[in-house]
Amino acid sequence: MKPDDFSFLAQMVRRRSGLVLPTHKAPLIEGRLATVMRRFGFRSMSALIHELRHGRDTLARAVTEAMTTNESSFFRDRPAFDKFREVVLPQLLETRAESKRLRIWSAACAAGQEPYSIAMILDDLKLQSKGWSIDLIATDLSSEMIARAEDGVYSHYEVQRGLAIRRLVAHFTQEAGNWRIHENLRRMVSFRQFNLLDSFGWLDDLDVVFCRNVLIYFDQKTKSSVLEKIAETLQPDGVVMLGHAETPDALPNTFTSINHVPNLYRHARSPQQRLAAAG
Amino acid sequence: MKHCLVVDDSRVIRKVACRILEDLHFKTGEAEDGVSALAACRSKMPELILLDWNMPNMNGIEFLKTLRKERGGDHPVVVFCTTENDLAHISEALDAGANEYIMKPFDRSIIEAKLAEVGLS
Repeated sequence: MKPDDFSFLAQMVRRRSGLVLPTHKAPLIEGRLATVMRRFGFRSMSALIHELRHGRDTLARAVTEAMTTNESSFFRDRPAFDKFREVVLPQLLETRAESKRLRIWSAACAAGQEPYSIAMILDDLKLQSKGWSIDLIATDLSSEMIARAEDGVYSHYEVQRGLAIRRLVAHFTQEAGNWRIHENLRRMVSFRQFNLLDSFGWLDDLDVVFCRNVLIYFDQKTKSSVLEKIAETLQPDGVVMLGHAETPDALPNTFTSINHVPNLYRHARSPQQRLAAAG
Repeated sequence: MKHCLVVDDSRVIRKVACRILEDLHFKTGEAEDGVSALAACRSKMPELILLDWNMPNMNGIEFLKTLRKERGGDHPVVVFCTTENDLAHISEALDAGANEYIMKPFDRSIIEAKLAEVGLS
């Protein structure tokens, strides 16, 4: 790809999604663009970029979505899920015992493995049969990923990475050589295509936000903005879970780690302190 | 170093699995069917057994049922590794005492993931 074409593409994707496309990843990026080229019938990369320069929105959206990294697996980074089950959930079940309501957001859910892993943990506790209301919201920039997640069908390969065989037997049925997640877990999750650059106005009072392995693809300004919006949507004692290579350092003094557990954070200041600071 | 017995009638599969497991710091041994696997276990019980289903002489499920009745036979972690990938086979394996189940084809990442499931990573 010509340098000025790459530069144009990088600026467009950054503006639309916050994703930073480093020049050293040009071969990977061209590979992803090739898929879009075939889908829209372009014969060359330059023809595709030419069309993008003329502002075709459908194409720009498809190109932007194709730039996302959708690598995921069930219970990816197992210690994070262990902490969710052993540290986060017990506290929330205690503090929410009266309202019996939990609101959890998986902010970059790819093909759905993360929210379904959360759903399996919640299902273990049979919370819904104990009268709990669970809002498990899952979003991703890629509408293609959201469609896959809603479908809930996974290959042999996908169900073997991170998923214990007993969970596979308990939560999936076999279908034409693949594995379909059971309807009770599928119904637990509300999927929605969503760009983290957009307003979080529809999200509020969240108890837990899983925002893992997404901030690493953003520049400092975007990281800071996303973290700020997460802070606003979180309950005062809500929890943010970041990826193993991520910290909330782009937004200083807002989050603090919980019991020094890596990647687990909550508000650094009380609601009163935050109001005073804002005022 | 933990010991893994790879039981499969395919020499190629045994070699591939052993290479991956040795890379993951296991000492490996090989058996080509259930009968020779039982003999190997009676000589020295391994910590881990990677077990094919369809083999001559004694198949994987017969081997597992026999193994679990042997002295010390409840000790090894048994991970099936087979082309039998339907729920009925998986359930039968779990009922017989299998700890995990790999559906072929497999690669290093799947073996690593399954070892993590059984606490042997």
